[in-house]
Amino acid sequence: MRKDRAFKIILLLSGLLIILLLSGIFLSLVFSSIPSIKEFGINFLFSNTWSPVNSKFGALPFLIGTLLTATLSLLISIPFSLSISIFLSEILKNRFISKIFQTFIELIAGIPSVIVGLWGLFILAPVIRNIQTKIGIQPIGVGIFTASIILSIMIIPYSASIGKEVISMVPNEVKEGAISLGATEFETLKVVILPFSFKGVFAGFLLSFGRAFGETMAVTMVIGNANRIPVSIFSPGQTMASLIANEFTEATTKLYTSSLIEIGLILFVVSMLINILGRLIIRRFTF
Amino acid sequence: MKKFLLSLILIGLIFSTFTFYGCKSGEEKTVELLGAGATFPQPLYNKWFDIYYTKTGNKVKVNYQGIGSGGGIQQLMERVVDFGATDAFMSDEELKNAPAEIIHIPAALGAVVVTYNLPDNPKLKFSGELIADIFMGKITKWNDSRIKELNPDINLPDLDITVAHRSDGSGTTYVFSDYLTKVSITWKNEIGTGKSLNWKVGLGGKGNAGVAGIVQQTIGAVGYVELIYAEQNNMPYGLIKNKKGNFIEPNLNSVSKAASITVPKDTRVSIVNTDNPEGYPISSFTWLIVYKEQNYGGRDINRAKALVKLLKWINSEAQDYNEQLLYAKIPDDVKKINEENINNITFSGKPIQ
Repeated sequence: MRKDRAFKIILLLSGLLIILLLSGIFLSLVFSSIPSIKEFGINFLFSNTWSPVNSKFGALPFLIGTLLTATLSLLISIPFSLSISIFLSEILKNRFISKIFQTFIELIAGIPSVIVGLWGLFILAPVIRNIQTKIGIQPIGVGIFTASIILSIMIIPYSASIGKEVISMVPNEVKEGAISLGATEFETLKVVILPFSFKGVFAGFLLSFGRAFGETMAVTMVIGNANRIPVSIFSPGQTMASLIANEFTEATTKLYTSSLIEIGLILFVVSMLINILGRLIIRRFTF
Repeated sequence: MKKFLLSLILIGLIFSTFTFYGCKSGEEKTVELLGAGATFPQPLYNKWFDIYYTKTGNKVKVNYQGIGSGGGIQQLMERVVDFGATDAFMSDEELKNAPAEIIHIPAALGAVVVTYNLPDNPKLKFSGELIADIFMGKITKWNDSRIKELNPDINLPDLDITVAHRSDGSGTTYVFSDYLTKVSITWKNEIGTGKSLNWKVGLGGKGNAGVAGIVQQTIGAVGYVELIYAEQNNMPYGLIKNKKGNFIEPNLNSVSKAASITVPKDTRVSIVNTDNPEGYPISSFTWLIVYKEQNYGGRDINRAKALVKLLKWINSEAQDYNEQLLYAKIPDDVKKINEENINNITFSGKPIQ
């Protein structure tokens, strides 16, 4: 009995530690951003100047850069991840070969992002450069578009595995019903399975969007690191995470550091919100 | 269970004896000095400190971490290192915020070169204003008349210019922008001097390698990297017109020449756009920074003595190792100033000898 109680207390403490850690990170981010919040207020979100020389900081180019790359990567990934989840859950069902596929997909998620970044820089960027030369724009290779492709590869495993799980959860009775009414396999998919699992699949997309939102290393290597609002999907840009990775080490003035931390705070809050939203939808669905 | 506990205790005992012995010998003989800062001179510093370790009979070990100039300054301010290292000297404001007087000791010289990627990579000539306008996006084509004007014999292609710059804060960017601020009023007004800049055009790459990567992969790209980096990677670089109107090839000699000017006693001087007619205009000192008063944070006199000895060695014999690693030597005049500054370092107010 006594051991049981001690065990429970240890578990409780480790649980509390997580809550403490998360709120601690949040609070320290808020606390360290105070100088920047005081100086720029809400304008921080809408100003497009990032000038360490004049101590003028605004987050707009990075907000746009982050939203643009994350959204674009999601759009690129959706056809692939959706097909993979349907293929695994409906075509292969629970056969052994499905397990092999799934292992490979999960392995993609495990590739260190710096490796994906290197691949992007040395293999993908030259390809993009060729395309740019052909369509007659300045062939720079790196930029928002390249970063989005890299990101989409990194997030496909997330949305595909969640999608597979939710689609497998569609009750057999419903599917059989559709088939007995004379629906073809594709029609069953279109009319029954997808509408039924839509929310869950959507939540999977949302979670992978959150992942794309915060990805740092791979993006930094291929996005072109230009602190400006991108004018096209081929222009170089900067995301919030890559900005912090680039500039934090040499940020010497207080306001500079504080502004970078405020960017971190925005990133933290937005990714939290996306995650919470995704989880809420999944919970509703599975309930 | 008991066996397990017993073996744990045994392992613990073994380790504690080891650390005990370690402590003892540490107190008696060896000193480990800590330094942190600039990454640009790191290869040179590592070589120096390696040689110094052997030279002192394995007694003075210097542990240097290349965490960036900003980090070096910060760690010295927080007094967690014995010396810092920086590519840009500390500003008056930074010195004012320091807990005590800090002295700057130039340790080596470096230079920033303009590198490019053009068919056949001709040797190009640039002037300061031209570089400023290219890096501000005011000149966008390689066959622009202003580039042709300085390079009449070279057949320049009709190519877009892709500007490559550092994306991370760096001393290289500081030196480069310091030079452009001195030679171009538009640059001064629109961009200014700093470790990170508000670039109007171009792509950012992380580190010298990142910029070099962009330049080497993109035809028509132009960027700036450390001279050493360009040399080691066989990258082409341009001649730059100095203040006296001469086009200067960056090399150890012309960089050293750039520092042959009157240097103030605190050595905090920018040598970009040097007055020396043979000097390469985008050159800079890289400094070691230490506290003038060495008795702080519970440091003992042995540590202070070891540091002063090391600094004296760096200011004399160590300089002979600079050139094989492509860093220029400190000119003799500056060595004299350094000598004086090092001799003024104190422990509890008394000079250390």
